[in-house]
Amino acid sequence: MHDILGHDVIIAGGGLAGLRAAVGLAGKCDVAVVSRVHPVRSHSVAAQGGINAPLGNHPEGKDDSAERHAFDTVKGSDYLADQPAVELMCQEAAPVVYELEHWGVPFSRFPNGTIAQRPFGAGSFPRTCFAADRTGHVILHTLFEQATRRGVRIYEDCQILRLVSSEGRICGLAVFHLPSGKVVGISARATLLATGGYGRIYERSTNALINTGGGIALAYRAGAPIEDLEFVQFHPTSLYGTNILITEGARGEGGYLINRMGERFMAHYAPDSMELAPRDIVARAIQTEINEGRGFADGYVLLDLRHLGADRIKNRLPGIREICMDFAGLDPVEAAIPIQPAQHYSMGGLQVDQDCRSPVPGLYAAGECACVSVHGANRLGGNSLLETIVFGKVAASTLSADLERLPPPDEGPLREAVLELEKELEALQRPRSDGIPYATIRDSLRETMTEKVGIFRNRDGLEEAVYLIEAMKDRLKKVALPGTSSSRRFNQGLLNAYELGLMLDLAEIIAKGALRREESRGSHFRTDYPKRDDSRWLAHSIATWTPEGPSFSSWPVAITKYPPKERTY
Amino acid sequence: MARRQYRFQVFRFDPEKEEHPYFSSYSLEMDESQTVLGALMEIQDRLDSSLAFRYSCRGAVCGSCGLTVNGSLVLACRTLLSRLPRGIITVEPLPNLEIEKDLVVDMSPFWRAYQEVRPWLHSLDLAPDREYRVSERERSRIDRFVNCILCACCYGACPAVSQHPDYLGPAALAKLYRFVGDTRDRRGYEHLRRADGPQGAWGCHDVFRCTKVCPKEVRPSDGIAALRLRMIASRLRRKA
Repeated sequence: MHDILGHDVIIAGGGLAGLRAAVGLAGKCDVAVVSRVHPVRSHSVAAQGGINAPLGNHPEGKDDSAERHAFDTVKGSDYLADQPAVELMCQEAAPVVYELEHWGVPFSRFPNGTIAQRPFGAGSFPRTCFAADRTGHVILHTLFEQATRRGVRIYEDCQILRLVSSEGRICGLAVFHLPSGKVVGISARATLLATGGYGRIYERSTNALINTGGGIALAYRAGAPIEDLEFVQFHPTSLYGTNILITEGARGEGGYLINRMGERFMAHYAPDSMELAPRDIVARAIQTEINEGRGFADGYVLLDLRHLGADRIKNRLPGIREICMDFAGLDPVEAAIPIQPAQHYSMGGLQVDQDCRSPVPGLYAAGECACVSVHGANRLGGNSLLETIVFGKVAASTLSADLERLPPPDEGPLREAVLELEKELEALQRPRSDGIPYATIRDSLRETMTEKVGIFRNRDGLEEAVYLIEAMKDRLKKVALPGTSSSRRFNQGLLNAYELGLMLDLAEIIAKGALRREESRGSHFRTDYPKRDDSRWLAHSIATWTPEGPSFSSWPVAITKYPPKERTY
Repeated sequence: MARRQYRFQVFRFDPEKEEHPYFSSYSLEMDESQTVLGALMEIQDRLDSSLAFRYSCRGAVCGSCGLTVNGSLVLACRTLLSRLPRGIITVEPLPNLEIEKDLVVDMSPFWRAYQEVRPWLHSLDLAPDREYRVSERERSRIDRFVNCILCACCYGACPAVSQHPDYLGPAALAKLYRFVGDTRDRRGYEHLRRADGPQGAWGCHDVFRCTKVCPKEVRPSDGIAALRLRMIASRLRRKA
């Protein structure tokens, strides 16, 4: 690899949003994708339940429409989503699903041959299109096939270390190229971040091990405003023990949530929607059952699918069955699944407009790392895949239009950044006698986030979390690598130590943002402020980097058609 | 779950610095519900940060962590310590691919073979206003091949790949059949021709090691057999 590479557009991240954007740009400009793993290893592959689109294929979904989908999304967001962006996403839903189908996505089918749809949480109609319970897998593979067809250039095994600025705009990325162990600069007229979420700053997360949130933190350090990061989605059903995702589709197919008394406890929390209430409500219900002693010993409840019968489980939920057999040694045809809530998704991210532009010239974002905002305070199941595809596509058209006013940047600052980072990594790798292993700090961060910045939050816990995170930032100055090797090639430990600082930055924004927001809305629940407070907090939070830590301000929510109302399910 | 002391010997090699590969031994206490991938992470985090291996999802869907554990080709994340026999656990890279570092192999021959079969749906490129109609029965015929996670365990196990590096290998051929068997695909014989020879479907030795090691029950050998039938049929058709 050369020390400096150049492209018109560099896309960071090879998951659904990144690949969809790359496919849209291929042939129009010189585009390349940079990713820490091969694109098909991206976390999008783990999405199970489906992608929402009001196709009206389900016999009960004939009256579905983009408007109903938009309303459900806005209500699900606890009215924090920006409504014009939601409308755009829902208008585009059916066309992008048909496009994916024509590119080869093998969706499950209804008897008349149309794409099958199942009910999902908080949807007024069954509108979640699926391929059994491997929807993320099939869409990611299909998009990689389309990228292959178009000859998209991919740099795999490259982890981003810095977003580099020059004359007030982002002029490219400095990345660590694992196979050579070198820092490489990629100069670009425009940079699209599609780096996904940060689940691994939590102890319990459904996310892949690579989801450390580096992209969001690097953008924050480069001056990009970060929006609504205190809104962290906890998925109600992760497999007890490993926290591997058990899809909402399992409840969409008719699964029950059962406490230790054998009771379908959702009747107490969401009598109309039961197990298909929105995720924030179901996750809090499960955690309440556990906290009040109605869960099982170590902190779980049961997801019971047995009444669905072996055929339905094998046809519609084969991946879930495989996960249960591989990782919990049980077959859901015969036994209920032990589940507990776990961190799952970030509603917040880089502030972008509905064309995926961030306020920083040359910087764009799409997918989970971005905050458009279409999910507000709580995302509906099936809307994240939709967001990646719609806004990946939108990003491609925005970028091709914007390129003409983004001339090739000066490579000087990029070269300097590469040299600086080489030295920084060298210093990090130097053995030290008073060193603290990175895993020690990382593990206490994860524990702090799950315990104090989790499903239920309060002032005392959040203040303690902020204090602990600041102390960890201090300890980070002594971070060290276990072992003695001086080799840089594929030195993943070195990268783990490097990205720990980024994880701490994100944790700080989340904890301070959660402390600042004195209300409960969607996924953000303050036991000391249990009500939504539209008079003070019907606003996005914006965090910007300062040397003293994040500085917060508010940003208005775009409300057009749907005035805020109380949420009942 | 019980915690126990486990001993590992892990293949190490940096071809840019070292002349020969060697094994590093590690001893660590692990919960027996943990996996081989969990143990490797623990080694990297606590004992030796320079140990290199690929990982991502830890849930057997991303295909990153295909390795040789006690001589068997497996996904490390799916291999529970409790299911391994007592004694030293040996971890080596996938065979049939060059070592980049330690357990990380150079996957480029695998991806080249993948590209070679033109792995995308060949259909009319129109802006669609509805989906193609496909029955569940038609879809279920390619379901197994769709489930392939491209982990390359089959590629590592294949004796034909080890003898003929030009052979496309089981995963790429199974992928080709995933499209040939898709009722929406319109590729003509010219797109099959590259696989209709000793580098393709006819290079398979029919020993089914791919099918035996596949962690997702894709059964690539069935895909290869189905491709051969298609190839014979289209040859006959073209003669007639």
